[in-house]
Amino acid sequence: MQPIDQASVQLVIDQLKDQELYIHLEMTTGAYASHNDDSKLTASTFIRNGIIRYTLGSIEGSGPFRVGLKINEGWVYSQGLTHWDESDSERLILAGHDNEGKLVVSLQLSKEPF
Amino acid sequence: MERQILVVLPHPDDECFGLSGTLAKRISEGTQVTYACLTLGEMARNMGNPVFANRVTLPQIRKLELMESCKSIGITDVRMMGYHDKTIEFEDHEAMSKRLGELITELNPSLVITFHPLYSVHPDHDATGAAVIRTLAKMPKEQRPTLHCMAFTKDCEQMLGLPDVKVDVTAFLKHKIGSIQAHRSQWQLPVDSNMVESDAMKERFGTERFWTYSFE
Ligand SMILES: [Zn+2]
Repeated sequence: MQPIDQASVQLVIDQLKDQELYIHLEMTTGAYASHNDDSKLTASTFIRNGIIRYTLGSIEGSGPFRVGLKINEGWVYSQGLTHWDESDSERLILAGHDNEGKLVVSLQLSKEPF
Repeated sequence: MERQILVVLPHPDDECFGLSGTLAKRISEGTQVTYACLTLGEMARNMGNPVFANRVTLPQIRKLELMESCKSIGITDVRMMGYHDKTIEFEDHEAMSKRLGELITELNPSLVITFHPLYSVHPDHDATGAAVIRTLAKMPKEQRPTLHCMAFTKDCEQMLGLPDVKVDVTAFLKHKIGSIQAHRSQWQLPVDSNMVESDAMKERFGTERFWTYSFE
C-alpha cells in the first residue's frame, strides 16, 4: 500500500462508474479497544461483496481523504482514507491506517467478488 | 437596511450559534430572510442526551427542531433542499449551482450568508460555501449580492484577518438561546430564559462575526 495519490484514485473511480461492482466497506476500532481503554467502545462493521452501481464518485480532501459514491437511492461514504494499492489496476483498494499503521477503515471496489 | 437575506447552510443547527442573533435583529428591522438548509443532518452522532433518536427517526426530529429554531428567530421561509448529510462535496457542481442559482433568481437577495469555503471545519460547511461562491461568481458583478461568510477554524483569524463585520446581538439573546435550545437532539445548553440578561451570556453569545467575501 502507498500513500494515496488523489488524481490517480479519481481516475479509477471514474473508470468504475456506471457498472455493477462488488464492494467491501469496513470500519473498526480494533477488537481490543475497550480492553486497552475501558472508556472506549469496541465496535466494528463491514459489508463484503455487497453489490452497488454508482453514477457519480469522487475523492475529496487534502489527506486523509474522503470518498463519496452516489448510488441509485443513496450514498456510499468513507472518511479517513490514507493508502491505496497502486499495483492493482482492475480494482480500487483504499484504506485508512492510524499512526501505528493499523487499519481503521477500508473501501474496496471490484468487478469480481473479493 | 438589508432588503432580503438568503442563508445557505448544510445542517439544521448551523444557524444557531453563529448567526441566529443577526437574523433575528435583521428581521426586527424589516429584512426578509430565507434559509436554505441543504441537508437534515441525518448522519449526526448526537442522538439526544439521554438518547431519544435513532438513524431512522433523526431526520424527522431534526426537521422539527429546525422549524422550532426558525420560529424562535422569526424566519418564516425555510427551504429544505433535500441533500444528504456529509455528501455536499461529492455533488455535481453544475447541478448544485443550478439549484442555488434558481433560489437567487427567485429571491434576488441583497445579502447572502454561508460558510467560508476554507475555514469552516466540517467538509459539508466548506463545500456549501464553495458551492455558493461558484454560483455567485458566475453572476455579473453589478447584480451580485454581498456575501458574508462564517468561519471558525482555530487559524481563521490568522488566515483571513479579523472579521470585518461584527453584529451586536445582545438585545436578541432570547431568540438566539431559543434557536440553540430548539436543537435539543444536538445541544443541551444548561440555560434558562432569565439568564439571557447576564453579563456572562452577553460575553459568550452577544457578538456574531462575518467575513465579507471578495470575488476579485
Ligand atoms: Zn454543521
